[in-house]
Amino acid sequence: MAELDTSGGGKNKGGKVRSKKQSTKVDLTAMVDLAFLLITFFMLTTSLSKPSAMDIAKPDKDPKDENKLELRQSQTMTILLGKNDRIAWYMGEAGKSAPTIEGFNDIQSSLLKNKQEVKAKTGKDIIVIIKPTDASTYKNFVDIMDELSITKTNINAPAIDDDPNHLLDSEKEFMKSKGIL
Amino acid sequence: MPRVKVPRKSTAVDMTAMCDVAFLLLTFFILTATARQPDPLEITTPSSTVQFKVPDKDIAIVSIGKGKVFLEIVGQDVKKLTLQKMGSLYNVPFTEEEAKRFSVVSSFGVPFGNLKKFLAMNGQEREKSGIQAGIPNDSTVNNELFEWIKQARFATAELHGVDMRISIKGNANEEYPAIRKVVDLLQKQKINKFSLITSAEAGGSN
Repeated sequence: MAELDTSGGGKNKGGKVRSKKQSTKVDLTAMVDLAFLLITFFMLTTSLSKPSAMDIAKPDKDPKDENKLELRQSQTMTILLGKNDRIAWYMGEAGKSAPTIEGFNDIQSSLLKNKQEVKAKTGKDIIVIIKPTDASTYKNFVDIMDELSITKTNINAPAIDDDPNHLLDSEKEFMKSKGIL
Repeated sequence: MPRVKVPRKSTAVDMTAMCDVAFLLLTFFILTATARQPDPLEITTPSSTVQFKVPDKDIAIVSIGKGKVFLEIVGQDVKKLTLQKMGSLYNVPFTEEEAKRFSVVSSFGVPFGNLKKFLAMNGQEREKSGIQAGIPNDSTVNNELFEWIKQARFATAELHGVDMRISIKGNANEEYPAIRKVVDLLQKQKINKFSLITSAEAGGSN
């Protein structure tokens, strides 16, 4: 430990005058208290976790652009985001097959299943179309995009179609009948 | 019977080492700390498993919550130039002092007409007065958010020579139409790629 020798060096001539030995120990308790207080403060105020950014690409909306891609119905899966965190999805063309209604816990397995089925049947990758309806929340949208990237279903960029006019009548009817629109 | 003498020991503990460690940690936290400015708009972002972190320059963040839209342009120089560009667009000249004040504002949500009044206020008054009603983005005629983003992109390209990234920071419970309005507005400027700000997810996905 760092301590100074304070026994006065050459002063004791004759051995009579002796300066008292004083300890140089300082009480550090208060200082440590303060230091820890500040540490706690800075620890709590620093934001250690930076938010992350999820990249989204949307198809161009230019009305003049005639370059539109027709999707094969055997390859497509349409996911409709509805009210109360419910999802309705169907394969192929709207109205041909009854949509399945699910929550966000089950959609992951459905995605994986459909991805495999499409790959086995057609040899091509699945194309997912996401249609967030007016009743869905922002969280639903982020969640479904996250599920797609977890299951790696978005080899072809998922088509996000959020135009309310693109919601087909049969889709609307179905969602209304199930009470999720 | 003689009493057994228990030697009295000092209870003082040597604090030097503890003090050293404490100050080392303190220094570390002070140096790494980035002062977090209070957000005028309370937003809880949804969580995701995405790993990519939000870059800290050449970016504009559009916050959406409670139906209001706020904008944050990162970088003081970009902010200043954006304000000047907006000023000349709407024929409202800003003084050097106002530009300086604007360059330190983090996230703002005032209609352009109130901006001068907003800049003259101090932090507390801004919060209290309720002047931050969000940037108007409704009508096609008076779409200020559209112009703000456009001018910020020009300013970034002019100063740094890169494309500005645009991120949307939405409240988890916000209804989708509010988000769609902003997305449509971005797409009108041919911004088809943008990012959504999410917080890191604690365990697995659900």
